[in-house]
Amino acid sequence: MLRYLKRNPSLAVGIGLLSVLVLFLLVGMVLIDPEDARPLSAPALRPPSWAYPFGTDRQGRDLFAAMVVGTPLTLRIGFIAGILGVVIGTILAFVAGFYRGIVDTLIRGIADIGLTVPGLLILIIIAVSVRGGLTVNQMALVVASLAWLNPTRTIRSQVLTLRERGYVEVARLSGMNGPEIIFFEMIPNLLPYLGATLVNAVSAAILASIGLEVLGLGPLEAPTLGMTLYWVNFNAAIINGWWWWWTAPIAIILIVFLGLFFMTVGLDEIANPRLRRSV
Amino acid sequence: MSALAVRGLRVSFDHPLGLVRAVDDVSFDLRPNERFGLVGESGSGKSTMALAIMRMIRPPGHIDGGDILLGGKNLATLSAEDVRQTRLAGIAMVPQGSMNALNPVMRVGDQVADAMRDHDKKPVGIGALMARVGLPAGTADKYPHELSGGMKQRVCIAIAMCLRPTVIIADEPTSALDVVVQRQVMRTLADVQRDLNAAILLIGHDMGLMAQFVDRLGVMYAGRLVEIAPIAEIVRRPRHPYTEMLIASLPSMDHKDALRGIPGLAPLLRDLPSGCAFHPRCPKAQDRCAIERPEPREVESGVLVRCHFA
Amino acid sequence: MTAPLLQADCVSRTYGGGLLGAHTLALDGFSLSIGTGKPSITAVVGESGSGKTTLARVLLGLTTPTSGTVRYRGEDITRLSREARRAYRTDIQAIFQDPYGVFNPFYRVDHVLTTPVRKFGLASSRAEGRELIEQALRTVGLRPEEILGRYPHQLSGGQRQRTMVARALLLKPKIIIADEPVSMVDASLRATILGSLRRLTDEFGISILYITHDLATAWQVSDNIIVMYRATAVEAGSAETVVKSPAHPYTRLLVGSIPQVSLTRDWLSTEADAQRPGDRDAACRFADRCVSAMAVCRSERPLLSRIGPRHAAACHLHRQHAQLAAEDLNDVLA
Repeated sequence: MLRYLKRNPSLAVGIGLLSVLVLFLLVGMVLIDPEDARPLSAPALRPPSWAYPFGTDRQGRDLFAAMVVGTPLTLRIGFIAGILGVVIGTILAFVAGFYRGIVDTLIRGIADIGLTVPGLLILIIIAVSVRGGLTVNQMALVVASLAWLNPTRTIRSQVLTLRERGYVEVARLSGMNGPEIIFFEMIPNLLPYLGATLVNAVSAAILASIGLEVLGLGPLEAPTLGMTLYWVNFNAAIINGWWWWWTAPIAIILIVFLGLFFMTVGLDEIANPRLRRSV
Repeated sequence: MSALAVRGLRVSFDHPLGLVRAVDDVSFDLRPNERFGLVGESGSGKSTMALAIMRMIRPPGHIDGGDILLGGKNLATLSAEDVRQTRLAGIAMVPQGSMNALNPVMRVGDQVADAMRDHDKKPVGIGALMARVGLPAGTADKYPHELSGGMKQRVCIAIAMCLRPTVIIADEPTSALDVVVQRQVMRTLADVQRDLNAAILLIGHDMGLMAQFVDRLGVMYAGRLVEIAPIAEIVRRPRHPYTEMLIASLPSMDHKDALRGIPGLAPLLRDLPSGCAFHPRCPKAQDRCAIERPEPREVESGVLVRCHFA
Repeated sequence: MTAPLLQADCVSRTYGGGLLGAHTLALDGFSLSIGTGKPSITAVVGESGSGKTTLARVLLGLTTPTSGTVRYRGEDITRLSREARRAYRTDIQAIFQDPYGVFNPFYRVDHVLTTPVRKFGLASSRAEGRELIEQALRTVGLRPEEILGRYPHQLSGGQRQRTMVARALLLKPKIIIADEPVSMVDASLRATILGSLRRLTDEFGISILYITHDLATAWQVSDNIIVMYRATAVEAGSAETVVKSPAHPYTRLLVGSIPQVSLTRDWLSTEADAQRPGDRDAACRFADRCVSAMAVCRSERPLLSRIGPRHAAACHLHRQHAQLAAEDLNDVLA
């Protein structure tokens, strides 16, 4: 595995970045008291110091604690939405691509229409309609409602190619039925592609959730990355010169996205042997 | 002077499990106006050698040594820019499967023009070029998918000859075509050769095709040239046991044989047997063959063999 | 009279059509019975586009014909009961052209052998199944220890193809349809694989439909040859007769186009086919390339005539002979 990482630098960098983040979170969990992420737990607007490594914000949150508590929440939204999106997408893609016919036309039609409508718009409308604000899990479901559209389309194309493979025909001649062929012959070959799609979907979901939160439509009490940026905006932190308030969340967002991006590139290389630069 | 002289060419690939010696000390001459065939099974290194001659080997492959003399210039040591200019103008190649590599969104005439423009030549005379390879008028304006396999292959030959090179390498030019079209395409190739006074290096695995087309034949096995001789000599009296078995394994239309294959498997190029690479499958092998690698010997005028017992 | 094991009954297959597409006729009213009488090898020879692959796919039930029926033991294969379908899949097996694509790269090659054993209940225990597989591999000249446990990319093309022959054997089929089984294999290995196929017929009584574009190997290994051109059979009969005394101009063209390893070098210079694009839609589909084309060839489609006890051809040059109904193609085959 390590040897492979040497030949796939993108994957190595991606895994590396995300590992650094996880390490930070693990160390942080040990060092902080989760209560410190709440407002009024520290003096307001302190720049970074030994007592408060990331400084504090206007509501008196210890920003280090806030990041350690909030980042996993953001990641959780992304993962739940991404996984749901890919699972639903895969099922629909196989039903459409393998069996073709009217079911295919239907699923494809819905996905195509869904993809043309601006996603953020739909999410905003859904978020605004939910009374009483959203919890973190509800955020995940809201984002998941659209996360399956792209995976359905892309995985369907892969299914269309795979079903023409010689081994699928041989499986048919060996007495396997449709679902068996899908599970045992086709899905194993799609795993790298599904992996890349999953990382992509998680990335998109995190972006969508941060987008909603920055607009103020997220869970107000949770110190997620997006919500922190919302407060940064709300309090005009940039103009006021409280640079530490927005540096921390942006740095973490950068690491998350760069890490996920490099992982996608790396997984793409596994999924598509023609991209490989070495044997 | 030879049109193309290859001396001691060595090409290998870096593989995590070991070094793959695709071309191992290969030397031969291509005389002007000659049709030289290179025959071998898949994995014998012949396509790699063609690519090496055109300096088209990319990492993890590399040319380890040897000279490739094209009319005085050594292609192995030329700069990248000089090699680029020599390609197509001095030496051209019709690669394997090239008919499927034509740009699907460009008219075929434009693709020939493209090649000419790349060498700072005006794209004129394309219609005449198409006619010379036996294509009907108006072919230049068609797209690849509108042409049959044989016609596409002839377009590729037109691209290869448009700058009048002195050497043309054809790598399995007819492998995807049926026998009738194959004959037409080979005929075109022969006409082109006569027209340009060029030399042709034909690479393939069909001994029948070689017997009917080439003047001299080289036999490759496991990256090494094991026999070079005039085609009549090889047909009449193959010297190397591999050549003999190769000819015997092909079905003839004259008599029904018990179908005979060559026992065993071709060796992995990264794990070659010691001594003579063919000894595990050779019916005439003796102890010496496993230890000592045979060097090419001229057993008769113009007949070179790598075998201890030829 | 018992129904033949596998039968194509005036089968046609058209591709395309519809509002915008031009349709291509891939197979035109083809009839053939396999599996009756003595086990034999029948070769179907033709270039790409002749319909030979479509014929194979239709017989295997992988493509449905646009008209006509494929019957297994007299019954339409699209309407078989569950047990009959199982019997159909057991009795008729296939070997395909691409020895790499038929293996799922995710699994070891064992998978392609264990799946039919499992699905058709060929063994009552794991050990018995393993024994069956090893025996099948040995029959085709492979050593089980060199094959089992490996991934497809670790085997050579010849080994992979022979493994597929072993797989076809496991089910003890009565018919094997081999679609270009050796065209992607090295020349020196073809003889070995074709030799295994011949053994299957001679020793195990399996009838083989050998589909190929290579007339030379067809002659070497088969008892009968059917020559196809543009979706229809143009000549058929015993392999010896068709190759040595070809009656149809296309067959003559094929025979003459094969380059031979010999000292006579006339292959390049012998006259090839004619080129008359204007006659492309003539009644006889070969008219635009035929050196012997006559006026009648443009207006009237030639039907199969019986030239000899085991020889038939569809050509106006032989119209003086009695006609042979398409359904009776089998009469000229052994």
